[in-house]
Amino acid sequence: MIKKNIATNELGDVFNPSTGDSFSTNAVAAGILTHMREGKSIAAIKKIMLETYDADAAMIEKDLDDFIHTLKEYNLLAPVN
Amino acid sequence: MKQIVVAITGLNAIDSPGPGVAVARAIREGFERPVRIIGLAYENLEPGIYMEGICDKTYQISYPAAGPEILFSHLKAIHEKEGLDLIIPNFDSEIPNFIALSDRLHSIGIRTFMPTAEMFAARDKQRLYAFGLEHGFKVPRDQLINHVGALESAGQTLGYPLVVKGKFYEAVVAHTLEQAQKAFFAISGKWGLPIIVQEFIPGTEINIAALGDGSGNTISAIPMKKLYITDKGKAWAGITIEDDVLIQLAQKFIKATQWRGGFELEVMRHSSGDSYIMEINPRFPAWIYLTAGAGQNQPASLVKMALGENVKAFTEYDAGKLFIRYAWDMIVDVSRFQHFTATGEL
Repeated sequence: MIKKNIATNELGDVFNPSTGDSFSTNAVAAGILTHMREGKSIAAIKKIMLETYDADAAMIEKDLDDFIHTLKEYNLLAPVN
Repeated sequence: MKQIVVAITGLNAIDSPGPGVAVARAIREGFERPVRIIGLAYENLEPGIYMEGICDKTYQISYPAAGPEILFSHLKAIHEKEGLDLIIPNFDSEIPNFIALSDRLHSIGIRTFMPTAEMFAARDKQRLYAFGLEHGFKVPRDQLINHVGALESAGQTLGYPLVVKGKFYEAVVAHTLEQAQKAFFAISGKWGLPIIVQEFIPGTEINIAALGDGSGNTISAIPMKKLYITDKGKAWAGITIEDDVLIQLAQKFIKATQWRGGFELEVMRHSSGDSYIMEINPRFPAWIYLTAGAGQNQPASLVKMALGENVKAFTEYDAGKLFIRYAWDMIVDVSRFQHFTATGEL
C-alpha cells in the first residue's frame, strides 16, 4: 500500500516528503491512489475498475500492475509485512 | 518595548548570494520586539544596502584581510552611534576575525552567538576527512595539494571524476587530469593554496540548515533538497523534506562539536542510502529564510538565544515548502550610491 506520509489530492498530485519528489498523475491513476488511501485491496480496486471502465480484465490487470510497479520504483509504496 | 539593534553582514544578494538579506528578513518576521537592523557591507554595490525593508542603516567595514584590529575600530565607532546589541557575521572568511574579537565586543556590550575557534577549526574543509573519521561521519576521501604536479597522484588515488575545491569557496568536478589542472589554476588563482582534491560522490544534493545552543542541543534542523542548481553549484530553488536520518546527522554534529550558532551541512545522499558530509559551512546559508517559511525561524531564534532568552528546541516543520529565488532589478538614484561610496554610510 501507499506510504502513510505520501501526500495526494483529487487532482492527481503526489508528493513524497522524504525525498522532495513530486509527480502528476492522470484521473484514472488519481482514482487508484484514492482507493489505496482508503485501504482497499488490489483485488477490490481491480473490481471497481472493471465496473467503471469499458475495458477487458486482462488489460485492466496489466495497467494496474504497471502502475503499481511505477509506484514501487518511485519508492511510494510501504514495504509489505 | 526596548528596540533591539542587530548588525548583519552578507548583504551581497547576487548570483552566489550572501545570507544577510535572508537573515534580516527572517529576523524582522520572527522577532516579536521592535528591531533595528544595521547592515555591514564590504562593497558599495551589495544589493542589501539599497533594498527596502532590509537594513535601517548600512555602514561599510574593512575586508577580512585587514584583520581584527581594524574591524574592531570600525565596529566600535558604529556601536557608539547605533548601540549594537548583537552582531551576526554571515561570511566564512570573516568569522575568524569576529571569533577573535568576541570577548572584546562583549566587553563593550555587543553580543555574538558563534562557534568557538576550536569548533570553527574542527569543521574546516582542510580537516574534514579527519573530522569525519574522529566522529563517525561519512566524508569523501580527500588530499590537500600545494602544486599542480601533485594532481596526477591524487587522481590515481581518488579516481575520476574528482572534485577540485578552493579553501574558502568554489568547487569543480573534473573528469580528466587536464580538467583538474585547469580547475587548480583557476581556483588557486582566486582563493590561494592549498587546493582540496576530493573523491566524487554521485547522488542527490541535500543541505541542512541547523542551529545549536552551544551545549550540544539542537534547536532546529531543516533539510532541503536542491531542485535547481546554478553553474556555481548554488541552490536556486529547493524544497524542505522530511527525513529523520538527516535530522539525526545534524543532531550528531551538534553534539560532537557543541556547536553554538547557525551552520549548514552540505550532504550528498548516495543511491546506497548513505549520507556523506561534503562540507560544513559555519554560518547560516543563503536559503535560511526557508526555515522561517517551514516553521522554524532559525535567525530569530538565534537572536533570542544571544539575548539570553530560553529557546525551546523545535520539534516540527512543514515538509514540501519550496523556495524559488529570483532576480529583480532595483532602480537606485545615483545620489544614494554616491553617498554610500563617499561616506561609507547609508
